[in-house]
Amino acid sequence: MELLLNNQRKHFFEEEITIQQLLDIEIPEKQKGIAVAINNCVIPKSDWGSYLLNRTHQILIISATQGG
Amino acid sequence: MQPLIIGDKTFQSRLFLGTGKFGSGRQMEEAVLASKSELVTVALKRIDMETDTDSLLSYLQHSHINLLPNTSGARNAKEAVFAAQLAREALETNWLKLEIHPDPKYLMPDAIETLKATEELAKQGFIILPYIHADPVLCKRLEDAGTSAVMPLGSPIGTNKGLKTVDFLEIIIEQSRVPVIVDAGIGAPSHAAMAMEMGADAVLVNTAIAVAGNPKLMAEAFKEAVIAGRKAFEAKLAGTLTSAAASSPLTSFLYD
Repeated sequence: MELLLNNQRKHFFEEEITIQQLLDIEIPEKQKGIAVAINNCVIPKSDWGSYLLNRTHQILIISATQGG
Repeated sequence: MQPLIIGDKTFQSRLFLGTGKFGSGRQMEEAVLASKSELVTVALKRIDMETDTDSLLSYLQHSHINLLPNTSGARNAKEAVFAAQLAREALETNWLKLEIHPDPKYLMPDAIETLKATEELAKQGFIILPYIHADPVLCKRLEDAGTSAVMPLGSPIGTNKGLKTVDFLEIIIEQSRVPVIVDAGIGAPSHAAMAMEMGADAVLVNTAIAVAGNPKLMAEAFKEAVIAGRKAFEAKLAGTLTSAAASSPLTSFLYD
């Protein structure tokens, strides 16, 4: 399955994947202080384990950075 | 010195810090700690899956430090509301520095979009600190919309030009029912002290500390300037006169 992740197309072998599984594959060490949005809608952490992704989803993952 | 209350928090320090432009995370942490600031801003960015090693939060994990995420990069109210929701989820805080500046050259805040976003975010339960031009009318409109503070600029972001808007800041401070935090353009401790002497409730400083030759020492200088300015305000400054008023007995006995 192909997913659009932070504006980059990425291929995954899995046919079904949740947000949490995606994070475990892509950023296993960097899951603190992040937020995930699907199609410009923020998905609460409590839903990451059950939210199934598909190829129509635009996935945005953000974290904090230095700023004034 | 009186503590500062904004929303549900009480601050002993009236110096807020931005975390941008520091040479390293360690340097930023040293400056933040030296400043004794209890509120520091952070921005949001897309995670880079391949190369991202930024661990900003690890440098800010001190019990006295509260995070103030900003919406920098938002060009309108809709984008700012989305950024606010992302920030709340990522950092588990409903505090927000609302900034909407569509113009990349001067980074002037968009008053209309800022007011719209404030109205929406207040309904969603955010503690909003909007970055705005030093516009007294807008400040009153933001109060009515539910803002928790106002953050008028002294001069454009990162210019270090000081309080070019001083006449308007005075009006805002006189009229405001919410705390006034002078943000942007404060380039020297004397600028910060001046804002505090005028009665500003706090100042937010970033560039002047981050790009100083010695950021930690500059952070200490700003800390002391803010304390001095606030104490002077609380002590009530002496008035100004046009003609001289002697502070020593005149030496008229020499001639009498």
